[in-house]
Amino acid sequence: MKIVADTGRCIGAGMCVLAVGEVFDQSEDDGTVVLLVPEPPASMAGAVRQAVQLCPSGALSIAESPEEEEQDAGDG
Amino acid sequence: MTEAATRPVTLPLARVRPLDPPEDLARWREEDPIRPLAYPDGHQGWLVTGHAAARAILADPRFSTRIDLLHMPIPQRAAQFRSTLRRPGFFLRMDPPDHTRYRRLLAGQFTVRRMKRLEPRIEEITRDHLDAMEDVGGPIDLVRAFALPIPSLVICELLGVPYADRKKFQRDSAVLLSLDSTVEEVEAAMNDLLDYLDELVRRKRAEPDDDLVSGLATDTDLTDEELTGVTTLLLIAGHETTANMLALGTYALLRNPAQLAAVRDKPEVVEDAVEELLRYLTVIHIGPVRAALEDVEIDGRLIRAGESVTLSVSAANRDPERFPEPDQLDVTRHAGGHLTFGHGIHQCLGQQLARTEMRIAYPALLRRFPGLRLAVPPEEVPMRTNMAIYGVHRLPVTW
Repeated sequence: MKIVADTGRCIGAGMCVLAVGEVFDQSEDDGTVVLLVPEPPASMAGAVRQAVQLCPSGALSIAESPEEEEQDAGDG
Repeated sequence: MTEAATRPVTLPLARVRPLDPPEDLARWREEDPIRPLAYPDGHQGWLVTGHAAARAILADPRFSTRIDLLHMPIPQRAAQFRSTLRRPGFFLRMDPPDHTRYRRLLAGQFTVRRMKRLEPRIEEITRDHLDAMEDVGGPIDLVRAFALPIPSLVICELLGVPYADRKKFQRDSAVLLSLDSTVEEVEAAMNDLLDYLDELVRRKRAEPDDDLVSGLATDTDLTDEELTGVTTLLLIAGHETTANMLALGTYALLRNPAQLAAVRDKPEVVEDAVEELLRYLTVIHIGPVRAALEDVEIDGRLIRAGESVTLSVSAANRDPERFPEPDQLDVTRHAGGHLTFGHGIHQCLGQQLARTEMRIAYPALLRRFPGLRLAVPPEEVPMRTNMAIYGVHRLPVTW
């Protein structure tokens, strides 16, 4: 699972941080989302999906990647 | 869809049971979660009572929050809003990109991490007020002794507003939020508050301190007028909302002893309990309201450009399709996804502050006074049906 964060849409509500603080953080400048773990392990998938669902601005999405995905680990 | 279900209705505020939304709302939600609503100015718009539809509209950029486009479902509110909220800095009433500019400047000040850093100070403030209650002894009005002063003091320190001036801004904000206020009273209170905060903003610009208003004055391009508007909005929103949650939440827990015991004795339920109280009580009992910028079809209903939509979040938060047994207060359920802080780009800026305050204040109160109880019969507690934010006017308690 790979998280895609659109900081242009993000309004810095902090719902993702509240849901999974290990994966999401916020910029102290404008409050927008910072991905601490852009590709979280399967064990966190449920919580991450919940965070995506709670996001008020629709700034988060999940790219389900195939096994042989390219290795350029994105930073969102 | 029956003909009766589509007949326009007016928005009810009166409640049969003080903790449950007006009964008609539940019936309409079942019949037709998006239904015609007659607005007092003659406009024919919509009322949304279903959770899914309310959530979708709140997140939809085709709906505006601009006051000049809105019709209000409560007559007093319509006149009050028109005379006040169309001012620089009131970003709650702006669409992108104007709104975006303000939100970007402010969101960094209300992050989860920053609010966490305030915890020791909020705990200290809470302790001080509990000490004072203990010294005075019961019976005591919990609103005056606890629920109002704690968030007031916290937002004052955060913004850099002298708490010593609280009588002034608490009085003004009470007038601004009362549905009984005349337009003249609302205008006078707003001007009084703006004058006071304009003076404060100028002072902060001349001699910056270590607070939010000083930071915005020195680090941003906001004009004095814009910054005064922002400060006004944050000051009002920062204490009235949480204050009413603290008092009404305590009232709800006192009427549900098993739930109260869980919040008092089980630290692990506190986070969920706060979300559940937010959902169950929904102190935002009118609206919010949006206006369609273009024709939008939702669930087979065509909302035409220009039509206003009142989103009853108190009804949406009791939608059984989203929350099983919605009329039960259950502090152990996961109530995440409630709409009390709104949804979409205008979702409450201060929500993480409000959560932090509530997570500290409820258990601290209940642990300090394990024998806390109402000092009057429950039906004598005066409810804030006549205010923009629901709650209790007074909460006489003893222990």
